[in-house]
Amino acid sequence: MEWLQQLINGISLGSIYALIALGYTMVYGIIKLINFAHGDVFMVGAFVGFYAIKGWGLGFFPALLFSMAFCAVFGVLIERIAYKRLRNATRIAALITAIGMSLLIEYGVIYARGAQPEAYPDNVLPSTSFNLFGAQISSQSLFILGVSVGLMIILQFIVHRTKIGKAMRAVSHDMDAARLMGINVDRTISYTFAIGSALAGAAGVIFGVYYTKIEPLMGIIPGLKAFVAAVLGGIGIIPGAMVGGLILGVVESIVSALGFSLWRDAAAFIILILILIFRPSGIFGKNTREKV
Amino acid sequence: MKKINKFWLFLILAVVIYGIGQALIQTGILNAFYSNMLILMIINIILAVSLHLVIGITGQFSIGHAGFLAVGAYVSAIITMKFELPFVLAIIIGGIVAALAGLLVGIPTLRLRGDYLAIATLGFGEIIRIVFLNIEYVGGAAGMMVSNISTWTSAFVCLVITILVISNFTNSRHGRACIAIRENEIAADAMGINTTFYKVAAFAIGSFFAGIAGGLFSHNFYIIQPTNFGFLKSFDILIFVVLGGLGSLSGSVIAAILLTVISTYLQQYPETRMIIYSLVLVVVMLYRPQGLMGTREITDFFGKKKSAKGGN
Repeated sequence: MEWLQQLINGISLGSIYALIALGYTMVYGIIKLINFAHGDVFMVGAFVGFYAIKGWGLGFFPALLFSMAFCAVFGVLIERIAYKRLRNATRIAALITAIGMSLLIEYGVIYARGAQPEAYPDNVLPSTSFNLFGAQISSQSLFILGVSVGLMIILQFIVHRTKIGKAMRAVSHDMDAARLMGINVDRTISYTFAIGSALAGAAGVIFGVYYTKIEPLMGIIPGLKAFVAAVLGGIGIIPGAMVGGLILGVVESIVSALGFSLWRDAAAFIILILILIFRPSGIFGKNTREKV
Repeated sequence: MKKINKFWLFLILAVVIYGIGQALIQTGILNAFYSNMLILMIINIILAVSLHLVIGITGQFSIGHAGFLAVGAYVSAIITMKFELPFVLAIIIGGIVAALAGLLVGIPTLRLRGDYLAIATLGFGEIIRIVFLNIEYVGGAAGMMVSNISTWTSAFVCLVITILVISNFTNSRHGRACIAIRENEIAADAMGINTTFYKVAAFAIGSFFAGIAGGLFSHNFYIIQPTNFGFLKSFDILIFVVLGGLGSLSGSVIAAILLTVISTYLQQYPETRMIIYSLVLVVVMLYRPQGLMGTREITDFFGKKKSAKGGN
């Protein structure tokens, strides 16, 4: 029953990817920018959660909420400082700025606190494991899955049932038309960054609790993979990011289980390239024709 | 007539710079630290110029250039260390294999545009690195020992050839086709330019010279490891091109020289170096998105007529 175990590991990992991918996909959907700094917001979230738990002795949920709030503000700051002036710049300029912000956050954190890793205390969540058809399942991974699914449901609610969600959908559909209809586009974009970054912060805390070890450069690879997940599901499409994240997590676990754990990182990029070549609009995406 | 004059002027300038460098190294005015920095500078210039052809001239945003550097470095190291063939052959074969890798990567990915192309090249760069990480023959994660035989002379010859080939390519009919693709791909297509062919060709030429730089790179350090070719290396190269000005060959050369000097002096403080790098990148993009030189060349400041080198 090792397969079931690997499947559950994969789903836990995938739900973390999915949470990060949501931020990518929302930001891309609205301003067509690959926010490379998003993976670093995830890292900052993990560190904020760590200090909240270790330093202030907060429990899991207060730390999670604190980290989400911190990251929301942080994400809006990044958007206001770096990306806002680039609304009308070329795509390459925006992409390079995003890469620059990403490096700046990573090395700013290293400069501020050193490059040494930290370990989350392992008593944040009760960890008992129980048997399901012979597979050992820890309560932690179920808990993490529950929290991720809960956050995704809240996100769906915000996007489809609230006024700001409606504004987001309108802006991502057609920014100019939305502005003509009286939507405050700048504020909507800030909200998008806030929500996406809060989800990344939550993913950071969950990652820390589940994998224990955190370090300032930890955001790069999960960030890239979350981007792969977003592309896999169809970038700009929220359910696509969730499904893409889960698929990616499961595939990675299977690759590791087959004994190719060194090739695990390559698997994600191979998926990316295959999907870009054969179905660039992603699983849920619709093909759009290019207009001159 | 004008063109030939320019060519000889460039060669004379190159010989003079070479002579000065060689004299300084021979007489021991520059110690090993500085002569090493000079070779590293040349490697960085070759990398910057080769990426300039892909991003600046053809407008294809590739951020996986370190992958081709890795191919050149490993292949040439295998040829000198395992087969014990001469260094010149190793550099050439390293370049050719890197160009083949460029073809292999370029043909499927160059159908993509903009952001997607960037991410796909980044993915390929990482895949190349992971492949070398998993090949025991080249030492896996521990790396591979390489003898230190890159010299100022060999590096300089490579540099002169690189700049000559790329500037001639840019000013040729093919180079103008590439510039047309950069300006507007659909329009270029409509004018009868085979866009896929030129994009792949530019990508392969860029990869070839990255492979040459890889050969020099691996024989300049005593050891090469897959971690040397991570995507931070790709960003380093990208920064040269962007800072110098997208579309300006001399701009990318100047940026490569400046940043090599800065980063050599900041070697003891790697965090500070990266913070300065990233701040420069963001500030340049926010306040001068065309880079230091824009699409102009340094020669434009001396001559009175406007040349269409980078294409304005």
